[in-house]
Amino acid sequence: MEKGSLISHASSLFWEGHGVPWAPHLLQRPGEKTPQPSPPPENRHSPGRCGCSPSQARRRAKDAPPAQGGRGTAPAPAFSGPAARAEQITELCGAKRVGYFGPTQFYVALKLIAAAQSGLPVRIESIQCELPLPRFMMSKTDGEIRFGNPAELHGTKMQIPYLITEKNTFKRMDDEDKQQETQSPTMSPLASPPSSPPHYQRVPLSHGYSKLRSSTEQMHPAPYDARQPLVQPEGASTGGPGAKPPRHQTSLIRSFSVEREPQDNNSNYPDEPWRITEEQREYYVNQFRSLQPDPSSFISGSVAKNFFTKSKLSIPELSYIWELSDADCDGALTLPEFCAAFHLIVARKNGYPLPEGLPPTLQPEYLQAAFPKPKWECALFDSYSESMPANQQPRDLNRMEKLSIKDMADFPVPIQDVTGDDKQALKNTVDEVLPKDMSEDPATPKDSNSLKARPRSRSYSSTSIEEAMKRGEDPPTPPPRPQKTHSRASSLDLNKVFQPSVPATKSGLLPPPPALPPRPCPSQPEQASEAELHPQLNRAPSQAAESSPTKKDLPYSQPPSKPIRRKFRPENQATENQEPSTTVGGPASVAAAKPHPTVQKQSSKQKKAIQTAIRKNKEANAVLARLNSELQQQLKEVHQERIALENQLEQLRPVTVL
Amino acid sequence: MAVCVAVIAKENYPLYIRSVPTENELKFHYMVHTSLDVVDEKISAMGKALVDQRELYLGLLYPTEDYKVYGYVTNSRVKFVMVVDSSNTALRDNEIRSMFRKLHSSYTDVMCNPFYNPGDCIQSRAFDSMVTSMMIQVC
Repeated sequence: MEKGSLISHASSLFWEGHGVPWAPHLLQRPGEKTPQPSPPPENRHSPGRCGCSPSQARRRAKDAPPAQGGRGTAPAPAFSGPAARAEQITELCGAKRVGYFGPTQFYVALKLIAAAQSGLPVRIESIQCELPLPRFMMSKTDGEIRFGNPAELHGTKMQIPYLITEKNTFKRMDDEDKQQETQSPTMSPLASPPSSPPHYQRVPLSHGYSKLRSSTEQMHPAPYDARQPLVQPEGASTGGPGAKPPRHQTSLIRSFSVEREPQDNNSNYPDEPWRITEEQREYYVNQFRSLQPDPSSFISGSVAKNFFTKSKLSIPELSYIWELSDADCDGALTLPEFCAAFHLIVARKNGYPLPEGLPPTLQPEYLQAAFPKPKWECALFDSYSESMPANQQPRDLNRMEKLSIKDMADFPVPIQDVTGDDKQALKNTVDEVLPKDMSEDPATPKDSNSLKARPRSRSYSSTSIEEAMKRGEDPPTPPPRPQKTHSRASSLDLNKVFQPSVPATKSGLLPPPPALPPRPCPSQPEQASEAELHPQLNRAPSQAAESSPTKKDLPYSQPPSKPIRRKFRPENQATENQEPSTTVGGPASVAAAKPHPTVQKQSSKQKKAIQTAIRKNKEANAVLARLNSELQQQLKEVHQERIALENQLEQLRPVTVL
Repeated sequence: MAVCVAVIAKENYPLYIRSVPTENELKFHYMVHTSLDVVDEKISAMGKALVDQRELYLGLLYPTEDYKVYGYVTNSRVKFVMVVDSSNTALRDNEIRSMFRKLHSSYTDVMCNPFYNPGDCIQSRAFDSMVTSMMIQVC
């Protein structure tokens, strides 16, 4: 059909115009709902990746007019021909010319549809008017959920978030399609290709677009709650409610920033993922100091390379991150550059796509201005308490609390709604990151100290920091335990348990975190810290067990069960010995705490210990449950094998008998 | 202005080559390849240990009826070759020189990246964008 051939021809031109060798097999067939054709290497310049396929958009455009006619609630006169109108809209918004529906075209098309639905003539000028939102009757299932009755029940205000989520769906669908493509993981949906200006020369439309955008902007902060239930059915998983707004923001940022509006997106949407929080900052600075004692000098390229390679990101990605963060291109990283690089790595590991350019909050000048040199020594505590009320602390706190309650060992970075598998994979890779040859940082115990001393509400976040810090610390020599008749030097024992298994495991079992260096303070904080040690330990082996294929489960199930056993054993002994210092686990601390009025700390510390013990037990339960399910699966498989073998045997037996 | 830009390693294999897409891009690749002979000729004629900026810029390597090919060599014998369209009112020598200088500095930035192994293909986005700006300038 002529429309299809036109689109296909236009799309071929599009590919050529973007520095891509013309590949006829990549042409989209009209009417096929295909994901974006996998672009050849130069695909960074293809804005089509960020748009929807012409067939999809055309179908949507077609849905609109018939919906009007079908429902008969249109305030506007009926359309003469739905297909013709859709054709007209397509042509007007420029999709025909460029052969695809990029975001500009899409938004313009929506505006035109709205105009058409409200009876205005479909022309470019009509998008200048203030229009109600277009109403669609989607034939697809997802659309129905969203655009069914609620669209009629709620007012205009609610339609906008639906519209946003719809756009998000498209964007996300495209994004997910993109993510499924094997090549170029570094490709970012934020790709604002420099070669796209010729295609995006829609000066008159930009006004209409900005109008649409401004209206959505106004609505953006308001109906968060309305958006929350909408996110659920989209299949994006997990993340507390605190994580959802950043996710929306990032997806919105993505969808809007593709347009490369002159106004800075970042000023409208605080770029949460690119803002370094105080804790992160401290952690990065710690790492910097471990690599280079003087905070004011550089880290050389090779040192930084070794360090960042441990993050297990691919070399091209690391190369790109370096490019972004080394602003002066001198082959060395200053402290702010290092922080920016580290932050980008962390964000990347958490699934955020890498930005096209260094975000303003990661610029070296900004970083240097925002975070004065950290005061080491005891002043740390003061700086924490001062800087805490600043910034978006409550938000981060919430996020971090939730994060720490869930499986930790990640950075205290908002973990976005990655799918379950991705999250698991991410966590595994994050667990594997443990630079082994970094010297222990003497500053960290003080950090941990001050962290511990803070009010209880921060105890969860302190957990996350500690564990994050432990990631970067050196495990080989566990710090010496305080001299308190510590026959149950649990960390040492577990080191021995893990070290033989570390070379064995491919996935790089997390070597036990170095535990906390000797502290002269009372036993309770130690108990709490050791309690945290164990969740991590147990989690690590469990994750290692999960990540390995089922066949390898048997050899791996040994290490996971060992630490558990060891943990329980010391607990029993602790209850027997009734020594407050024989703290290996939370239960031990609980058991020890109760019969001991000699524990000189206040009940608040005991409660904290109990809380951590409970948490640890829950985590242990989860670990065991996972193990159980895996073993069940194995059992089933073995059963099936057995059945198959028995069948074979039966078949063979008559032959042999005869 | 450039129709095709190529970065060629010391061993005469391409580290980076990019051209304005037309129907026969292979032609540009061929032209770059053949121009390497001319580059080598000029380098050997120059002799060794000449570090002058002037010597880095080799000038017009050879003109064809449609295109002109310019060359530039760095101290480490990495060659930049640029093909420009003759139909463009002749670009002044200075402009070509400045383009090569930009290329050279971007290449240096790529080198500074510790994750870049010399001899690998250049996959830096900053480099790409710089080259694109050079190529798009014309259109």
